[in-house]
Amino acid sequence: MTSILRIIAQRLLLGILTLFVVSIVIFTAVNMLPGDFAQLILGQGATPEAVEAIRKDLGLDQPPITRYFQWLASALQGDLGNSFAQANFASFVGADGSTNMASVAAQIAPRFENTLFLAGVTALIAVPFSLFLGILAALYRNSIFDRATNILTLSSISSPEFFLAYILILFLAVLNPILPSLSNIYADMPFDERLTRTLLPALTLTLVVTAHMMRMTRAAIINLLASPYIEMARLKGISPMRVIVKHALPNALAPIINVVALNLAYLITGVVVVEVVFVYPGIGQLFVDSVKIRDIPVVQACCLIFATAYILLNLTADILSIISNPRLRHPK
Amino acid sequence: MTRISRRGLLRTGAAAGVLAATGLPLRAAPKRGGKLRAGLSGANTSDSWDGRTHSDLFMIASAQGTVFDSLTMVAADGSLQGELAESWEASADAKTWTFNLRQGVTFHNGKAFGADDVIESLNLHTAEGAKSAAKPIVSAITEMKKVTDHQVMFTLENGNADFPYLMSDYHILMYPAGQIEEAIAKGIGTGLYAVTSFEPGVRMTAKRYDGHYKGDSAGFFDEVEYIAINDNTARMNALMTGQVDAINRIDFKTEALLRANPNIAIQEVTGNQHYTFPMLSKTAPFNDVNVRRALKYGVNRQEMVDKILQGHGQVGNDTPIGPANQYYAGDMEQLEYDPDKAKFYMKEAGLDSIDIDLSASSAAFEGAVDAAQLYQASAKGAGININVVQEPADGYWSNVWLKKPWCACYWSGRATEDWMFSTAYEAGAPWNDSQWDHPRFQELLLSARAELDSGKRREQYREMQEILRTDGAVIVPMFANYVQAISTKLETPETVGNLWQMDNGRMAERWWFS
Repeated sequence: MTSILRIIAQRLLLGILTLFVVSIVIFTAVNMLPGDFAQLILGQGATPEAVEAIRKDLGLDQPPITRYFQWLASALQGDLGNSFAQANFASFVGADGSTNMASVAAQIAPRFENTLFLAGVTALIAVPFSLFLGILAALYRNSIFDRATNILTLSSISSPEFFLAYILILFLAVLNPILPSLSNIYADMPFDERLTRTLLPALTLTLVVTAHMMRMTRAAIINLLASPYIEMARLKGISPMRVIVKHALPNALAPIINVVALNLAYLITGVVVVEVVFVYPGIGQLFVDSVKIRDIPVVQACCLIFATAYILLNLTADILSIISNPRLRHPK
Repeated sequence: MTRISRRGLLRTGAAAGVLAATGLPLRAAPKRGGKLRAGLSGANTSDSWDGRTHSDLFMIASAQGTVFDSLTMVAADGSLQGELAESWEASADAKTWTFNLRQGVTFHNGKAFGADDVIESLNLHTAEGAKSAAKPIVSAITEMKKVTDHQVMFTLENGNADFPYLMSDYHILMYPAGQIEEAIAKGIGTGLYAVTSFEPGVRMTAKRYDGHYKGDSAGFFDEVEYIAINDNTARMNALMTGQVDAINRIDFKTEALLRANPNIAIQEVTGNQHYTFPMLSKTAPFNDVNVRRALKYGVNRQEMVDKILQGHGQVGNDTPIGPANQYYAGDMEQLEYDPDKAKFYMKEAGLDSIDIDLSASSAAFEGAVDAAQLYQASAKGAGININVVQEPADGYWSNVWLKKPWCACYWSGRATEDWMFSTAYEAGAPWNDSQWDHPRFQELLLSARAELDSGKRREQYREMQEILRTDGAVIVPMFANYVQAISTKLETPETVGNLWQMDNGRMAERWWFS
């Protein structure tokens, strides 16, 4: 067990280092984009004086390096700062910046909650579904069923997300009005309605992530089927289903867990298109809006959340694969 | 003079009989009730109830159209009506204006509305460090005096006959004095509906405010819900599947599908929104009036309306004054595509051929690059070689517009001629995107501004439009229609406002369920 704890500690330390690098990369990248917050928020109305005034208010007139370290200093103390949009609004009102203003954390929290909800619903549908399909495909490998599943999942992963979304809308919302095409959930919405409204985007995402997980399950299981212990089990006269579920699957778990983790991370970080199509108020939309207006504090916070999601999910995947593998659990 | 309003006329049965006999369409009287759900674009996560920051439909419809009121408002037919101001009068030089405020109006938190609220709300726009888009309007007021609790006197720097019109601007909302910060945080206004929830960039809901001074004459819904749907297709789907009752800005490519649906009606109005190609008139070669004239004849305007707007628009005549303006000179001779005339003016300029860069990006307007390419093809015949430079949409307004000698641009237009001209055509104005500085034009602009005689103003504005048409440095090839779709369950008045989308953003006030 101590080795696992050591791995966790090591990974977390490396993770923090990664976050630090990510924040530098994002900061540099956003600064390299043409235009800054002041110019973009004013749009057509960007007169030099107005741009200057906003820059001064937000400290954008300082050199990038100073700004980065100011941000880093407060971020290290757990303060992600205030979004430029909010700070700019506060200076309109004449407030000093502390009253009536949502911090980045407060702005992101409800959105992130929605994103987690969508990712959760999708995972609950997609993970069992793909494992099930993968096991069946391995069981009936090279049959019509196997080929059909492969073709269908591969074509759904190869289609652009918005296309899948529109197809689902066409069949499930327009032609047969079963589900609503708008997923504009809000804070005090009852749970069942929230769930119904989240179903269409969740189904779309399921179509997107299924192929990966299903094919990895199938491949990992088939890989093991040639091993001597499987042959032994088969010679014992166990049913093919039992051979796969009891004997092959536990040994195939490690790669499957890794793919599942990667896909879950994708569900948290990469669903902007689906959010736009279904008008789902998740973090992706906020992120894109913020990049558009170069609202660096929000962009930074979003990227850190995304990077954290990847790091933590990968860490979880590794630990789970170690636990699932006795050879790794007891290294000798 | 007593003018009977159309609605008032319809209420009397006899008049209705006459109207029916003359074949005018008869509509049922508006009915109270129901919840209006609209899917609107133009929402941002940075939205707030601060009118100074409003720039797109979602907040305009939510704030001025629903929760807040202004002193005056532009009716659907373009005439000016009082909203929180009951009446107003000007001194002979249009420099001093006295506004009589409506009595017995309360804010949604119960506070009574009066002169202090007007003065404090207007001062917001000139507060130190404030970046209000309405700053030029309000900073022209040199003195605001509270005469009585319900009368305010404004003294302007220079005479301005349009001053009451300017007070209908959607940035200039009336907030409760002394509680403005709270009012902006929570959305406390005097409008027909009181906010029940607001998530910036996501949704806004409000319910009818009982005891509103407009009584039974407006605000027919019990509740309204505006949903932010920035994606065109998602908006259309929401309407098709009945999850919203109205949407703005439909995609022309899917218009046929919407028309085929019997439960959906399409509304189309031509307003002041126009697409332009401004040239910096102090930079060569655009400082030569003959080059500008050659360019005016080198563009096929009708083709642009047909191909870029898919017919949803009207050809422009190189003036920013549109059909929603009072003094629109619609009978001016239309500039037509005429390569021979273009060639003639090229010769006048002493040129055989010329190479010009035209910068365009989809940030200027949808299809701007295509429009520039159409221009390139049509101008070629006259020896004008246009090189279309495709600019990135990011940073277009800061790096290209006002900086490159010739580029694509759009304007949503203004309610009054003076406002439009002084924003983009007055010498020295920051948004004067053609560096326009024409002595006669400038003289007319100043004299028309203070002119209270409508007939004289009409002549002056006509001459200004003529100047821009023949010599101006902005090509205005087209006026783009506002096209929106609504469920057939909704009823709208016969005339729908064309100053801004969705009945000037006032659908919650003017529409009802049949």
